[in-house]
Amino acid sequence: MTSVFVWLEHFDGVLVQPSREALGAAGTLGGKITGLVFGKNVDAVVKAAFHAGADEIIKVDDETLETFRFEPYVALLTKIVKDNTPDIVLAGHTTRGREIMGGAAADLDKGLLADCTELSLEGGRLKAVHPVYSGKVLSTIEIVSDGTQFATLRGRAFTPNEPDASRSGNVISASPVLAESDIASKVESFEASVGKVSLSDAAIIVSGGRGVGGPEGFAPIRELAEVLGAAVGASRATVDAGWIPYEHQVGQTGKVVSPDLYIAAGISGAIQHQAGMRTSKTIVAINKDADAPIFGLATYGIVGDLFELLPALTKVFKEKLGK
Amino acid sequence: MHVVVVTKSTPDTAAKVTVDGSGNVTWKEAMVINPWDEYSVTEAVLLKEAHNIKTTVLTVGEEAHNEAVKQGLAIGCDQGIRVWDSTLANADSLQYSRAVAAAVQKLGDVDLVIFGKEQADTGTDQHVYQVGRKLGWNVIGSVFKIQEIDFAGKTIKVVRLVEQGKQVVAGKLPAVISVVKDINEPKYPSFMGIRKASKAEIPVWDGAALGVDFGLPGVKVSAYQNPPERAGKVQMIDGDSADEKARKLVEKLFEDKVL
Repeated sequence: MTSVFVWLEHFDGVLVQPSREALGAAGTLGGKITGLVFGKNVDAVVKAAFHAGADEIIKVDDETLETFRFEPYVALLTKIVKDNTPDIVLAGHTTRGREIMGGAAADLDKGLLADCTELSLEGGRLKAVHPVYSGKVLSTIEIVSDGTQFATLRGRAFTPNEPDASRSGNVISASPVLAESDIASKVESFEASVGKVSLSDAAIIVSGGRGVGGPEGFAPIRELAEVLGAAVGASRATVDAGWIPYEHQVGQTGKVVSPDLYIAAGISGAIQHQAGMRTSKTIVAINKDADAPIFGLATYGIVGDLFELLPALTKVFKEKLGK
Repeated sequence: MHVVVVTKSTPDTAAKVTVDGSGNVTWKEAMVINPWDEYSVTEAVLLKEAHNIKTTVLTVGEEAHNEAVKQGLAIGCDQGIRVWDSTLANADSLQYSRAVAAAVQKLGDVDLVIFGKEQADTGTDQHVYQVGRKLGWNVIGSVFKIQEIDFAGKTIKVVRLVEQGKQVVAGKLPAVISVVKDINEPKYPSFMGIRKASKAEIPVWDGAALGVDFGLPGVKVSAYQNPPERAGKVQMIDGDSADEKARKLVEKLFEDKVL
């Protein structure tokens, strides 16, 4: 039977969405799914992982693992994979997921299919689709090394399981590999982002471009985002102008997103911006310029003034959604 | 005291990259420095200006990657090196990482290796973490700001971005970091800088010179294809007022079950 390990990321005691998606993807490969939960006081995460599809959990609960750090987390994943030799290890392609999986694959000299948007198992070998050249081309990539195969999955490319509260399973406790004195780094402080919804996980994104005219121009964008429970995105031009922090940038040197609905207001749609949002399911473009390239990509387009259209949309959505 | 910045050349960001009838990836536009590396190379030069250290700009690959090295030299890096031999053709991230780690070890006195967050052509970043493991050094990824760096005391403190916000992380040197956009204002080469860089010798180190075998890959690319076209053409929504247009759009989105 194929054994699939899934490294499970959590934050503030909550299993993150990309890890739920990885458990969903693991289920499509067949076989037994073992979730790996590293951290401090992680029982709630363990429980959520069973509900989200894990058959068993290897839990490592220790002071040194309280926040993610490269060295202790990589050393631990490497040790667990070495000891258990699973066929496959999966994780979400998040900041931390990229780091731990890349590190462990290097330690073990095994292949890693990174940032997969499709994944299949053929004759025991993992095969994946991975967008290259900023999404202008798709590559098919395959593992050629023997033994354990690693893959990280792009956010929102795989479907999570519906949580099933009746599920539980065996929990195996393991020990960390590094002692505090062996670890070269410390996380000294953390400052949470202002936006409530993370861009990479968001089902809806409302983005502003040069057309918003200045920092205060993001106000109608934020109001619409608030009503829709959406994240706020931005074009590179607005970030470079200092109108909004870099964390909001969608595009080639920002974030790659794939929401169900992407509303682009006042964004002309330079190729570098398209690189970050072209796989969105439905794209709405609002722009004064009827010739803006964004209309070439959009599902729906409105030519007009975003300062009139966005408040109108906010009002209609409020009525429709009963807010 | 020595900082190495690792870079590569990628097609111009506005290039039309497509897959031709034989399955090869093609484009007509020029190669430029990987867009994420504008920041990493600039950061190396800023560290040199502030700390009087040596800087090396390193690439792994065919001669086309000298373009990126020259950009580094033109804005102020001290020397360029290219690692290449035929065993690195179609190198995967493991082979690439072994090559970078071997070059850093040959340089000998390196305190910090800097990467741009991703390679815009391959769309990957695992090589950053893999170089760290091959060197046995700590890695701090997605660095937004270097708050403090003490080359003599061998410490570094950075702000890094994670999905939920910003972390302040303190670590030891030597280390590997990757940097995001906005860590600095990229430096662009002056005319004199370009002249100087065009005359610079960029030595090529092969496996024999490094005394290593780049080993076997873990992954291969079996095919390239053009992405599917987006279904359908844009449907424009008209109306006499913003309110009417908004109502029509929202109805469409509900009909499509987008909401």
